[in-house]
Amino acid sequence: MNVFKDAGHLFRMAAVFVVGCLAFVGMRAFLVPKSFGQYGHYRGDAITEIAARPVNYAGHQACEDCHADVLEKKKSGKHVHVNCEACHGPLAKHADDPGSVKPAKLDTAVLCVRCHEANIAKPKGFPQVASADHSSGLPCDTCHQPHSPAIVAEGTTGGTK
Amino acid sequence: MSITRRHMLLLLPAAAVAWKHVLAGTPGASPNYKMSEHWWSMLIDLPKCIGCGNCVRACQSENDVPDGYFRTWVERYHVTDYDIENPHVDSPGGGKMGFPPAKEEGGKNFFVPKLCNHCADSPCTQVCPVGATFIGPDGVVLVDPKYCLGCRYCVQACPYGCRFINPKSNTAEKCTLCYHRITKGLTTACCESCPTGARQLADLKNPNDPIHEFLKTHSVQILKPSMATHAKVFYNGLDGSVR
Amino acid sequence: MPGVEGFMYPNEVELQWSVLIVLYPFLTGLVAGAFILASLERVFQVQEVKPTYRLALLTALAYLLIAPLPLQLHLGHPERSYEMYLTPHKTSAMAMFGFVYLWYLMAVLVFEIWLDYRRDIVVLSQSTTGWKRLIYRVMTLGSSNISEHALKVDERVGWLITLIGIPSAFLLHGYVGFIFGSIKANPWWSSPLMPVVFIFSAMVSGIAAVMLLYMLLTWARKETIDMRCVDTVARYLFYTFIIDFALEMLDLIHRIYESDESFRSLDFMVHTKLYMSHIVVQIVLGTITPIALLALTQVLRLGEMSRKRIYAVAGCLTLVGIFAMRWNVVIGGQLFSKSFLGYTTYKMGLVTREGLLVAIVLTFLPLAILWVLVKLLPPWPEKNSSAVPDPAPAH
Repeated sequence: MNVFKDAGHLFRMAAVFVVGCLAFVGMRAFLVPKSFGQYGHYRGDAITEIAARPVNYAGHQACEDCHADVLEKKKSGKHVHVNCEACHGPLAKHADDPGSVKPAKLDTAVLCVRCHEANIAKPKGFPQVASADHSSGLPCDTCHQPHSPAIVAEGTTGGTK
Repeated sequence: MSITRRHMLLLLPAAAVAWKHVLAGTPGASPNYKMSEHWWSMLIDLPKCIGCGNCVRACQSENDVPDGYFRTWVERYHVTDYDIENPHVDSPGGGKMGFPPAKEEGGKNFFVPKLCNHCADSPCTQVCPVGATFIGPDGVVLVDPKYCLGCRYCVQACPYGCRFINPKSNTAEKCTLCYHRITKGLTTACCESCPTGARQLADLKNPNDPIHEFLKTHSVQILKPSMATHAKVFYNGLDGSVR
Repeated sequence: MPGVEGFMYPNEVELQWSVLIVLYPFLTGLVAGAFILASLERVFQVQEVKPTYRLALLTALAYLLIAPLPLQLHLGHPERSYEMYLTPHKTSAMAMFGFVYLWYLMAVLVFEIWLDYRRDIVVLSQSTTGWKRLIYRVMTLGSSNISEHALKVDERVGWLITLIGIPSAFLLHGYVGFIFGSIKANPWWSSPLMPVVFIFSAMVSGIAAVMLLYMLLTWARKETIDMRCVDTVARYLFYTFIIDFALEMLDLIHRIYESDESFRSLDFMVHTKLYMSHIVVQIVLGTITPIALLALTQVLRLGEMSRKRIYAVAGCLTLVGIFAMRWNVVIGGQLFSKSFLGYTTYKMGLVTREGLLVAIVLTFLPLAILWVLVKLLPPWPEKNSSAVPDPAPAH
């Protein structure tokens, strides 16, 4: 075949390409993470790594196991569905080691207004007040017990602390 | 109330039981979690949202979200009369510290919490060049921070603006539906801290999940349905003005 | 919030893709365009542009070598970029980049340059001394066969490579257009026209760049500019520009006519935030003016000096206009909110990793590389050198 007679240089160039491709395939076998493709086009280990991240909010079940008395008080009030950490913040560390990690005391003057300050965009039926007019600067827990916030007449159970 | 030694003796076993609840689902502690048994989604009941911002704060705290970036945020809408094509929207600091009093009077006003919609046909996973973001077998769209190049293509492709680049890790980041919590039998941080139950985690594969009944009896929408992302965050009472 | 008008989703305020991502399509556009000009001569037998053939190839190579740099500097983890070769995601246009780039670099450009220059390389490997000799010897790959038959074989293979190179060049730059055009979330980008507009504007910029470089280098070598060549190149520039302009006008008219939900927000953006870069720089200065100037040279019979001046001005304006087009696509697409209710501002750093200084350096670095390539592989025979006789007239 005449066409191959003076084409030696082309074969050399082709050899460069072949070596390159082989090197690529070789490196690939070595560099692709082992769990890649386990469930799809991604590293299967990523799922377990993400699932293993630490938890900061214990979840209300964890609180209720110890603080059953608070749960009882909540059951009769409007805050029954408000989870503990919605107000008390993340407390997984406290649930893990209640003795040494103590939750901070909450300032009701700051905390309650976040939900209950009157705002035109809040649902009409939701209890909201203009705090300046409502309590003339007094903190909310002066009259309301947050775990069961309804104010009851004196002499009956519930009400102020 | 001060804790005496007697109290400790009573409390510690209870604490151990409580902590078990928290741990029940870690890869070692709970091999019972099977990805194929779940198809996670979320229900947002808009008439219940009071814009308190608890969810935004809880998410930031649970997931170490850097300041100025948001895995979830709350928007406030003000729609005048019938002009749903031109709502006035604001989200000061993502709604993290709640909302100041509205500047405008009258009209229709409401809050809309937003987060990653964990789309079944997500455009973000479609465009990732290396497979660093993906939808897992249980329906949660996740980012692999060890594999992500930080090319930002997924951020561009998300129609909902829920992705960002974490400035510390230089990788893409977004709501993970608190994957590390839901695989342990807990609910997401945002749902846990929502005082009104406006946000509810839902497992579409669980026949007993209340979402099935809810979807049958309420008018429910997803955001931007024309994008055909098959979003899995369902909004009850979504107004036509919501972007 | 500073820099924000109206409402933006909180995560949208900061732009994701910087001026470096504007630069990347500009650089690969020059590569594709220069190559298409070279292919005019090789495949379509347009003899007049032959003096620019080798220069066009070297220009393409110089820009292609620098093209990955803006991408690497932009990545959050450039050290992981090899992952695109290991686990490319088949549904992602961006995943194509590594392979298309390597294919175009090695199988098209380097191979074609090697084949065209092989005779000169072999001669130079025997006539030079020192480290230059070593470089040339490596480039010969050990073969010193430059018999007439061998050169004929090179000629045929080179023709085939150029033929394959044309769709490869379209792919190299077209996929960039597709990267933007396939994003349904962004109405400024999402369009089937996007890859086509990118390719045609690439051809315009590449042809203009080679025309300018040829005129500049010839003047620097104190040679006479082949006016028949430059007139022909300018004519192709003119035709390609008309097609490019028509496509962009089609996109604009279509948007205005359909006036979908995004239109009002985009229209406002073009008239305010993008007014200077889009209306003034891209359209008026960068498209209409050069087209008008080139039209003058086609319609009127102007003297050589006038034509040279017009070509130089038109060429420069064209490059500025095409850069502005990339800017308006990339930056413009990120200035408006996907809620269509607000706008943000692009805060370009000056000396940061993705800042203006880096962009300027990367724009001119290919010229430095081109200078080295021109020295190493002279596109034109030196008048007073007997070492490299005129190239074989087999073309």
